[in-house]
Amino acid sequence: MGHTTAHDGGARVTRLVWYRVLVVGGAIALLEVLCLTGAIDKITMQAPHLIMRDLYRMLVSGRMNGAISKTLSNTALALVLALGVGIIIGALLHRARALRDTLDPLFATYYAVPVFAFYPFFIVVFGLGDLPQVLIAFMLGVVAVIVNTLNGLDRVPQVLLKTARIMQMSPIDTALRMTLPSAGPYLLTGAKLAVAYAFIGVIGSEFIMSRGGIGYEISFAYANFDNATMYPLIVLILLASVVINGVLSRWEQRLLVRRGMR
Amino acid sequence: MATPQVRLQGVGKVFMAGEPPAPLHAVGPVDLELKRGEFFAVVGPSGCGKSTLLELIAGLTPATDGMIEFEGRPVAGKAPEGMGVVFQDDASLPWLDVTANVAFGLRRAGISREAKDKRVRDVLSLVGLSDFATSYPAQLSGGMRQRVCIARTLVMQPRLILLDEPFGALDQQTRLLMGDELLRMWRETDATVFLITHALDEATMLADRIGVMSARPGRIVDVVETRWPRERDSRIIEHADFGAITARLWHTLREESLKTIGRSGA
Repeated sequence: MGHTTAHDGGARVTRLVWYRVLVVGGAIALLEVLCLTGAIDKITMQAPHLIMRDLYRMLVSGRMNGAISKTLSNTALALVLALGVGIIIGALLHRARALRDTLDPLFATYYAVPVFAFYPFFIVVFGLGDLPQVLIAFMLGVVAVIVNTLNGLDRVPQVLLKTARIMQMSPIDTALRMTLPSAGPYLLTGAKLAVAYAFIGVIGSEFIMSRGGIGYEISFAYANFDNATMYPLIVLILLASVVINGVLSRWEQRLLVRRGMR
Repeated sequence: MATPQVRLQGVGKVFMAGEPPAPLHAVGPVDLELKRGEFFAVVGPSGCGKSTLLELIAGLTPATDGMIEFEGRPVAGKAPEGMGVVFQDDASLPWLDVTANVAFGLRRAGISREAKDKRVRDVLSLVGLSDFATSYPAQLSGGMRQRVCIARTLVMQPRLILLDEPFGALDQQTRLLMGDELLRMWRETDATVFLITHALDEATMLADRIGVMSARPGRIVDVVETRWPRERDSRIIEHADFGAITARLWHTLREESLKTIGRSGA
């Protein structure tokens, strides 16, 4: 059946983890050396271990809690909207052949459009609050979800749909218990993209213009040469997205292995 | 005489196919009756409409002409209750384990949890998959996955089981063994079985009656009775009449197959 034994698989995974640790650790070590030797001067960037110290101090002091919660909650909102609206539109378009064929080329070229260019327009219309930021993040993510949803629905085997009809399943029952799980891996791909775009959209918007949030704090720290705030925040975002993506990837891996697709 | 369980009269199916769409006469006219509890096999050349015929009976596609009745009620493009279908393609659900796969259709059955679990366990034992109850389809061989699909169909206790070349993807020896299993299940469940196969020996071995379909548009041009005892298995191959029946099938089938090849200009 083409599977390595559990022993081989486990050893291979551990080896890969070690490689990853070596690569990332090596890069950080290199950075550390460059900073400590002065090749990168203190004004440009402090050494990685100092960044971690500053991050710890920042989190403990709690002065960024407001910004962090604003950014994370807006990101979560944009994500939920992109997923919800994206999956529903994908499902509807899947049944409306003509409309889908009309929109296909638009979806294909969508990501060439600089969505951030709409941000000032949204601020003029909606004011400088959370809405324009959530909207930008939503706009970035929703098409990725739609396209992946359509892809997943395309790949539901006909034989499963026939089986659902033989079993007298209602359309909703078929959609929830047959179509959705069958398209699962593809929906998960869309979700991973939507998570990334939600972060990019919210933090990028906050960077451009905002009253608060992590992106705003980074922008403010940057303008004031406040490395002790700027780099820790960047590392914080990095860690958050790596962790979330890691969780999603782990889930995806389990899903695919169970189906024999990995 | 008992009313037939399935009745087809003058049934035909025309598809619109091609660019620009032109009518494609796939099947018909077909007249056929299936008796309750019998094992009926259908053989025919490639592309003659065997699968279309099965889908017509199952209500997966509406007939363009004629009338189809299941247990006295018309089948009109909607799958009637009491039928089970095993397709040629693997229809096991990859996101569920074997037990959940088999129990999948029982959700709406309105029977108690314990009764459901018992039915699933019994059927798993009937198809020989008890040891794999918690495995996932991806971990099973092709033949085992087909058994999962058969179990999922049987657990709903259908009165008519339709199988579309269910063993098509398997090797010859597995096919013969699966044939034995199918006969055993047929005897234990008392269902009517309608089996499409392109293997003549399989049809002869398994069926009470065998219908031979013509080249497209498929009509039933011959029905052969085997008169085998209900208690039979693959060793029926040794029976004196086995060769004669298979020969008769091939005699008709060869003519129809040649027509099919001739038509495609080979």
